[in-house]
Amino acid sequence: MIRFENVHKRYEGGRDALAGVTFSLARGELAFLTGPSGAGKSTLLRLIALIERPTRGTVLVNDQNTARIPRRRIPRFRQRLGVVFQDHKLLYDRSVFDNVALPLVIAGASRREIDKRVRAALDQVGLLGRESSRPVTLSTGEQQRVGIARAIAPRPDVLIADEPTGNLDPELSAEIMQLFARFNEVGVTLLIATHDLELIEHMPHRRLRLVAGRIESDSAGGAS
Amino acid sequence: MRRYLDLHRRNLVDALRRLGRQPFATLLTVLVIAIALALPAGLRVLVNNLGALSGGWQSAADFTVYFKRDVPTERARALSRDVAARPDVASVQFIDRAAALAEFRARSGFGAALDALDGNPLPDALVVRPANGAAGDVEGVAAALRKLPETDLVQLDTQWVARLRAMLALARRLGDGATALLAIAVAIVVGNTIRLEIQNRSPEIEITKLVGGSDVFIRRPFLYLGVCYGLAGAALACLLIFGTLAALGPPVRDLAALYDSRFALAGPSLRETAVLLVAGALLGWAGALLATARHLRAVEPR
Repeated sequence: MIRFENVHKRYEGGRDALAGVTFSLARGELAFLTGPSGAGKSTLLRLIALIERPTRGTVLVNDQNTARIPRRRIPRFRQRLGVVFQDHKLLYDRSVFDNVALPLVIAGASRREIDKRVRAALDQVGLLGRESSRPVTLSTGEQQRVGIARAIAPRPDVLIADEPTGNLDPELSAEIMQLFARFNEVGVTLLIATHDLELIEHMPHRRLRLVAGRIESDSAGGAS
Repeated sequence: MRRYLDLHRRNLVDALRRLGRQPFATLLTVLVIAIALALPAGLRVLVNNLGALSGGWQSAADFTVYFKRDVPTERARALSRDVAARPDVASVQFIDRAAALAEFRARSGFGAALDALDGNPLPDALVVRPANGAAGDVEGVAAALRKLPETDLVQLDTQWVARLRAMLALARRLGDGATALLAIAVAIVVGNTIRLEIQNRSPEIEITKLVGGSDVFIRRPFLYLGVCYGLAGAALACLLIFGTLAALGPPVRDLAALYDSRFALAGPSLRETAVLLVAGALLGWAGALLATARHLRAVEPR
């Protein structure tokens, strides 16, 4: 589903964010991307979402070589990818409903379809009934869950999340990770970047540990 | 198709709501656009009215013959009959110097000044209408009359009309130039407003791009905003023009009445009004298109 082949990413100024990353994630797999901050986790995810392009190497998403996707086709590519951001990236002048509906509106879904899917997504993150709230009136954890609802509303095959629990207390963080695990159970492929090892300690999923732009270890999960 | 229309409707409602949210800023922008549109449109209305005014005189190739003041009125009246008998003259109106003086006294308000003069300063005169209005014929008749020993002056009344028409043609040309420049100004004003709007909404644009919004999808609300600005500006420009005409109407009618004319100001026709509105909407759209083409690409997810 996601495959990196000897991927390098060098930023202007000569800093190597990624230095030869190779790994692959099978369909329906959930993997945590761990490592200290500055290790290149965000960069790796940004390459998947085509926010950036690799300097060298190949990134395949959905069996599609991302290097062959021209700029004008990026929107369509992103429509099939769910992305959760650390800073939520919500529209603060719109209601929760409108935020979650955004990718569906973009995809041209009918009003009934939008209504149904937004409710389903909010239900999954436990926010049903808050449709007309403004994001600012929600707690950080709730805002993050709105962001997650937006990512899953169009039912993407692949979902990537960059430090989704970055600003949350341990209890909320665990809840959100359980949420991701549930999506995985229904067949969604997930790659979740987190620096919080304690949080995922007891989760039976694969870990990719990234240090200084290289995959340092690739291990099966579980209490280890 | 229905979904597509629904999306457009939502964009339109959203644009109107955004304009309504900052009424003062919106009003200022719309006012600038309205003035920029009203100037060339108003000039056009003015030129059209002057054209209509002079158009009535163009066919009339009438000219006036003033007799020398020492020619007795009886002699002048006889000459008038001779002139009227010419085959190249359609009609002649004799203006008796005494009648002219009486009319001048009644109309001008200089009665007291006239009393101070010895006798009548006005000559007898003829208003001659040539048989057919062709310019050559007019000149021929005028030349013949100029040769009469009793003639003091032959004044071709049509000459100043021709000059006025030439000036109007010039004004119309200048108006076209001004129209082009001000149209560009309208597009720039809208474009600049949209550029600011893009800046203000860059987080929203970035997020929309992140969740897969295409350029067309992101651009559309801004185009609607541009069209709304242009259309509102054009509508206000129409109001300005019609308001000005309504204010000028009565005095112009009074003035025309003093010249024995039933001339009244004509406003822009329905078609011209429609053209103005469509032009405003198109210019707003074009300005927004330019702004989005230049600035939307700059907003990329980071």
